[in-house]
Amino acid sequence: MILTVVQTDAGGATEVSLEAVTFARALAKRTLGPVHALVVGPLPDGLVDQLAGHGVVEVHHATGDAFSAYGGAVWAAAVQAVVAAADADAVVAPGTPRGLEVMAHLAARLDVPMAANVVGLGEDDGGDDGGALRVVRQVMGGAALEEMLLPRRPAVLTVAGHAVEAEQVPPVSATVTEFSPEVAEADLVTRVVSTEPAEPDLSGALTSARVVVGAGRGAGGAAGFGDVAELAELLGGALGVSRVVTSMGWRPHHEQIGQTGSRISPDLYIACGISGAIQHWAGCASSKTILAVNTDENAPMVTKATYAVIGDMHEVVPAINAEIRRRRG
Amino acid sequence: MTDVLVCIKRVPDVAGEVLLTPDAQAIDARFVGFTVSAHENCAVELAVRIAAATGGTATVLTLGPEAAVEQLRAALAVGCAAAVHIDADPLGFGPADVVREIAAVVETHAAEGRTHDLVLLGNDAADTGDFQVGVRLAYALGRPVVNGVRTVEVDGGVVTARGDGPDGVETFAVPLPAVVTVLEGGVEPRYPSVVGRMKAKKIPIETVAPRHEPRGAGRVRLTLPPAQPSTVEVLGSGPDAAPSVVDLLQRLGVTR
Repeated sequence: MILTVVQTDAGGATEVSLEAVTFARALAKRTLGPVHALVVGPLPDGLVDQLAGHGVVEVHHATGDAFSAYGGAVWAAAVQAVVAAADADAVVAPGTPRGLEVMAHLAARLDVPMAANVVGLGEDDGGDDGGALRVVRQVMGGAALEEMLLPRRPAVLTVAGHAVEAEQVPPVSATVTEFSPEVAEADLVTRVVSTEPAEPDLSGALTSARVVVGAGRGAGGAAGFGDVAELAELLGGALGVSRVVTSMGWRPHHEQIGQTGSRISPDLYIACGISGAIQHWAGCASSKTILAVNTDENAPMVTKATYAVIGDMHEVVPAINAEIRRRRG
Repeated sequence: MTDVLVCIKRVPDVAGEVLLTPDAQAIDARFVGFTVSAHENCAVELAVRIAAATGGTATVLTLGPEAAVEQLRAALAVGCAAAVHIDADPLGFGPADVVREIAAVVETHAAEGRTHDLVLLGNDAADTGDFQVGVRLAYALGRPVVNGVRTVEVDGGVVTARGDGPDGVETFAVPLPAVVTVLEGGVEPRYPSVVGRMKAKKIPIETVAPRHEPRGAGRVRLTLPPAQPSTVEVLGSGPDAAPSVVDLLQRLGVTR
């Protein structure tokens, strides 16, 4: 059995959770076992059907006071209870901060290795892996891949976001098993004490925007963001920046896109004066279309983009803004 | 009084193309510098601030080759008062191995009367990206752990830490002793002063050998993602490209 830890929001399972379920199906083909899911806390309407539509045959639903607030250790206690009761060959979670945290707790509790940010299963190259599961995962912020062996059961791993596409299958019939695992006092200590809603204009706007206009070193200084901010406003989008911009103190950290900032997946990302270091690419690679504006036609941002304009952002962006206004009359 | 232990890792400073060693076991770092991750720079800054606020000290620790002393000195230059170097090639050490070595140092220091009631680490190492050393260390030491926070404060035996969750800024409060892993962005790491650098040179570094045989990281080999041939369509050069850009914006339906 492959157990998938599913995260939910108001709309049901999160997209990355459905990607993890899809990955679990690929894994289940090798182990010839079924795919189960674990849901902790409230069970959104329609979630079970949604999971069944992705091949989940059994949903383990952890309930109880222990789960009234999130905590890595309490979630791991729930996963561990299912692993023990249902004999999981592998446990899969989305590569989100929570998915990574819960899997790290689980791996520590079971004293087994954990593979973070897996993108695929390793090919059998004829070598003797001693029954270990071979996975491929992202290292160096995605700049390199590592083939790694997980020699002990259960194999514990997280699936990197957008490494696989969530795929539906003809719906199977899924059963729901409610359970209330015992949670040790020590595990309750590290739950969230309080949550203050993020200010609406902070990074939430960036990660949910359909259009993001980004600016990097090419902005030249704190005063160099007027045109890109105007373009973002004209397109109803959000402003994002590269790491150099925040480390120079030109713009606040919540606007940062990249490995140590926000990961965005807009329909259109307009990257102005950004060279496209790997760490930045890690945050914007999921954009559907990328338009790069850069003086250097060989900059990685340009060569990896869908479209490019070669030129100084301080000349190109005002011209784009003027053209948009002209056409709008 | 808190003696904060902050753990860092020497990693290749890679921003552009990555090269592998011929045996595909490591990044070829001959043409790049070395650094510690932005997360760990923030962890060091927090350690120094907490030490100052509680009248305590900050001790920096790394497991790495002899050259990793450079990263320890950099942390000493910004205010750490002591440094521990576990002298080992980190390639052979998996996350669980690193944890056993850090835990051994914490336990040895405790036996000598130096209690590291707070251990700070980065959320994840910039090279191996394992996302688990902090959590495993907490279990090895029998302590609570909070992950991925941006600010950490200590007051009267309680650590209060804040970080971003899916629904906003989350607050955690755990009793000491504890382990906390830090994400970049909550504090601005200070730059070393000349005086700080001079002082750092004189602080003796406690060098220890690994206590346990490592079990390894399970690495078979590294590969590079297949190079994607560029398919970029250049719309033009300079301001003259504006009409083509706005044509594109209209085709994509993001402007009328």
